[in-house]
Amino acid sequence: MTSRTPKLLLIACGALAGEIAALRRLGGWEHVELDCLPAKLHATPEAIPEAVRAKLESARDRYDRVCVAYTDCGTVGRLDEVLAEYGAVRLPGAHCYELFAGAERFAALHEAEPGTFYLTDFLARHFDRLVIQGLSLDRYPELLPHYFGNYRRVVHLAQRDSPALRARARECARRLGLAFESRPVGLGPFERALAAAGVGCRRAEGTPA
Amino acid sequence: MSKEGTGEEVEIVLAELPDDELVEQMHDDMYDGLADEIAEGTRILLERSWGADRVLQEALVGGMNAVGKDFRDGILFVPEVLLAANAMKAGMEILRPILADTGVKPVGKIVIGTVKGDIHDIGKNLVGMMMEGAGFEVVDLGINTPVEDYLSALEEHRPDILGLSALLTTTMPYMKVVIDAMVQEGVRGNHVVMVGGAPLNEEFGREIGADAYCRDAATAVEMAKKLLAPRSAGIAASS
Repeated sequence: MTSRTPKLLLIACGALAGEIAALRRLGGWEHVELDCLPAKLHATPEAIPEAVRAKLESARDRYDRVCVAYTDCGTVGRLDEVLAEYGAVRLPGAHCYELFAGAERFAALHEAEPGTFYLTDFLARHFDRLVIQGLSLDRYPELLPHYFGNYRRVVHLAQRDSPALRARARECARRLGLAFESRPVGLGPFERALAAAGVGCRRAEGTPA
Repeated sequence: MSKEGTGEEVEIVLAELPDDELVEQMHDDMYDGLADEIAEGTRILLERSWGADRVLQEALVGGMNAVGKDFRDGILFVPEVLLAANAMKAGMEILRPILADTGVKPVGKIVIGTVKGDIHDIGKNLVGMMMEGAGFEVVDLGINTPVEDYLSALEEHRPDILGLSALLTTTMPYMKVVIDAMVQEGVRGNHVVMVGGAPLNEEFGREIGADAYCRDAATAVEMAKKLLAPRSAGIAASS
């Protein structure tokens, strides 16, 4: 008699896909299937619940369990309402910065300076498309003070220890006219958040803490 | 500017337009976020002996209302609204001292601020500007405003309305902290409380004990007038 590993579908924000894929590879989560939604939904959180619903609907009865790699992400509980209909779970917290930094550390960062603009590795890599073009600063650079006038610093929550990425994040801060801080956070807090939602069960060797 | 359908560049000289066409052109310029043109149009109308209040209502607020409507309908987006607001601000800066000198009684007073922990003020600033355009006296407490500052501003300025703004789901619960403190201090009944911000909705407004949730700046103005009407009627009846 053979036992079957329950199949798990992870519906994820595209901004988390790289980190999830890395953890899946390192952790040997062969039973986890990844299906991503576009990262640009971040800019229109009201569209997230229905986009997730469409994925849940198409996955219906095909998996033993479904987890959604989103936090509340500005949906103000509307994502949770959709998940409840399908018996799916999501990651804890209000937004992905909290996932990467860990709730306590993120709270301390925000308390220390509410005017902090956070960059993940993904955001640092796609800064032009998601921030500059996303806010139309490429067309209207004069709007920069309207968007960022109250910000004081950029904090790069660095998942990877990459000098090139750090330099890129620093350049993002320079373009916004803000001070720059790099906070190496690794993948540990994110992996723990996934584990709390039942995704992944063991830490693979070499996974940065 | 190009003449419609021809692609031919035509220089429009604002000073040469009759009043109605000038106002119409200012609405177009507001829509396109042309601050210099709005300032110029404002000066021209004042030179033609228009009252500051009429310039404000017909040329500036009228133009901004069209922008607000298209924003609500998903035709315009935040960057375009910000550019239009900049243009309106250019006109307002010319009109503000003149309006102050006329001694016209404001239709009401609002204290407004972004709640503690939140530094976003685009929506709040739009509301403040549109409320000012509608004849309200606006006291802006700025961003990251703790409950103590709201309470002392209520005592100092005795506004008709308190406006609370938040952009983050993590900071919007602080609105309830402010409203609860008002109840505790026994001043809740003295002020209309309006709340707004991208993640909010009517249900949230009701749950935290606000009088109104306003989804955008134009709605805030309409709501403020509507909610103050019974108060004004009461004052008129008792005087």
